[in-house]
Amino acid sequence: MQSPETEPSASDVIHSEAFLQSLMRRQLRLSIACAAAFLGMLLGLPLANYFAPEWMATRVFGGFTATWFLLGIGFFPAVWLISWIFIRRSIALERAEVEEVERRPDTRRR
Amino acid sequence: MTIDPWILSFSLLTVVATIWMGFWAARKARTASDFFVAGRGVSVGWNASAISGEYLSAASFMGIAGMVMSSGYDALWYPVCYACGYLFLLLFIAGPLRRFGAYTIPDFAEGRYDSPVFRKVAVVFVLFIGFFYTMPQMKGAGTTLAYIFQAVDLRGGFLEFLAPRDAAGLAQRGFPYFAGVIVVGAVITLNVALGGMKGITLVQAFQYWLKMFAISVPIFVLMAVHGHYGRHVEANTPVWKERAEASMQAPPTAPSSSMAPLLARAALPTNAPPDPAWVAPFGPLTTKSAKAAGLSAQEARPYALLYTYSLIIALVCGTAGLPHILVRFYTNPDGVAAKRTTMWVMILIGIFYVFPPVFGVLGRNFMPELYAGTGARGTDKIVLELPRILNERHGVLGSILSGITCAGAFAAFMSTFSGLLVSMTGALAHDVYGRIFRPQSSAADRMRMFKVFAWLIGGVATLLGCFVEPLQINFMVGQAFAIAAASYFPLLFMSVWWRGMTMRGASTGMLAGGISAVLAVSLTNFSDLGWIQLKPFWAAHPLLRILCEQPAIWAVPGAILLMIVISKLTRRDVPKDIRMKMLVLHAPEALGLKQEYIREHEAGH
Repeated sequence: MQSPETEPSASDVIHSEAFLQSLMRRQLRLSIACAAAFLGMLLGLPLANYFAPEWMATRVFGGFTATWFLLGIGFFPAVWLISWIFIRRSIALERAEVEEVERRPDTRRR
Repeated sequence: MTIDPWILSFSLLTVVATIWMGFWAARKARTASDFFVAGRGVSVGWNASAISGEYLSAASFMGIAGMVMSSGYDALWYPVCYACGYLFLLLFIAGPLRRFGAYTIPDFAEGRYDSPVFRKVAVVFVLFIGFFYTMPQMKGAGTTLAYIFQAVDLRGGFLEFLAPRDAAGLAQRGFPYFAGVIVVGAVITLNVALGGMKGITLVQAFQYWLKMFAISVPIFVLMAVHGHYGRHVEANTPVWKERAEASMQAPPTAPSSSMAPLLARAALPTNAPPDPAWVAPFGPLTTKSAKAAGLSAQEARPYALLYTYSLIIALVCGTAGLPHILVRFYTNPDGVAAKRTTMWVMILIGIFYVFPPVFGVLGRNFMPELYAGTGARGTDKIVLELPRILNERHGVLGSILSGITCAGAFAAFMSTFSGLLVSMTGALAHDVYGRIFRPQSSAADRMRMFKVFAWLIGGVATLLGCFVEPLQINFMVGQAFAIAAASYFPLLFMSVWWRGMTMRGASTGMLAGGISAVLAVSLTNFSDLGWIQLKPFWAAHPLLRILCEQPAIWAVPGAILLMIVISKLTRRDVPKDIRMKMLVLHAPEALGLKQEYIREHEAGH
């Protein structure tokens, strides 16, 4: 339901199809990039276990097998790293989106 | 042997403290808005602790260790995915839902499609997921009480009919499993019905730190006395082979870690999985159905891979669709704080999840006699019992540590059971009774019905809990995740990212995916409990057995596909203000679109 009155340009920008599309595309691109890194690990480890079982069973330090160490301990810091990168990027992305709108001459926030 | 006073007193202290804190905090924050708004002043650290405290259930505290002990490597996927599922939630769902301002999934379903009908439909899965989630909590309760009162002897008296039975049906010494379930179920239900145990940030945060303390301290002491985590994993690897290679290749001057003396461990009983299958991927958990079909180890591997992937999908997508987790994202002052909170939640629960598997590994080496036990006397109690091995050499230290893990277990199933009971009762009292049956009912009416429903749901959950003793705690929670993954996850994910969704598409997909997942896992459970005889059928069709036991791999894509197809067919029903809705979901909160949306909506109605 668009309000019928004529809008100032900032609001026009916000409500334009192009703004929404670029907004969703940029957010989705960031999310998918992070998800791809995560899914690469998550779906790659079973594949590695499947196709290279001897290699995954090599002993790493402390007596763990490589695959036990990766899954039981190593996964958590890797996920923390991905989420840290995502959070930093997405906060920056939101800030850029707000700035882009507010740079317009007669911004009227509603 | 008598009842250990340390264990009993630590456990009682936890129960009393939890109930007292619930009432104390409930007095301070009386209304629902207090609960949400007061939370908005809470710092990121407290809030992250509270979310983690609510999340870590009996499955995390007891079930993972039990399953790692019984199944080995494959069970490690559970803790990893329980923790990492939050990442999926963070990447795709948390941000938009927070901007939209929907507190619960039914709220979101109604707001996104302007459909009160859909709200009522969406409530169904709060109950389904809730019951599947409370059953393992009840098993945790029954197991813990059976452990604490294992010295009780009911034989010979008039209560003999209550005594636990062995496989041959003979009465055993010990406390009956179902009695523990009923006691704990009644205490918590009474507590919830009297108004204690609301989801108060402070109580939940305290619960997290109690559980973290209770799982980590005994492990550090055990590792200091009996050798560290890696060495205990090593004790289960085929070391002899590597040693033979090492002695051929390496010069004798370079002693490697594998040359260190092997850890002494108790002999494994015959029904324990052998070392190579236990320590390597695709072990007993994932190859069970293929083995039952008589396939060779080589032939079973593709089935195991399929099982693993389906399990991963269920757990990762399920976390993002759990009804009681999303609510807490609104107890943050703004979106940035919400994201920081999620980061800290992942750190807090990630650290926690390193510890339970250690119990499982040490348990295999020190308490193999649990492999022979079934139900409440099986591996699910390893977290409670393992510290007692210290009693041999260090006096009461083992009892004290065992008391601490029992306290942690009480914290785990009490907090999760009461949290689920509150949300399920709330859904029945407010959504089903308040909106469907008696829209004109007064607030006092609904309060009274809240109590009635609390007893009803608490009673049903306790009853269900009595039947599930043979099933593993962790396995049952995994099923609740699979149902959430097939119902709420597709709904949330598609509604946030695809504007072409219609109410009919969303509800058809959610119902079809969720109900087929419920049927599939129920069928597995019924046959595992022996209520229906499907063993010959499963043996003939191992693939079907895996697809029923772990339905996520077909139910999640199926639900999404159905949503797309039906939405395309009912294209004309896409909400008219869909662009505005998508803007509210995706535009930064600083642009203030939410307020604009609310104003327009009020003007429109």
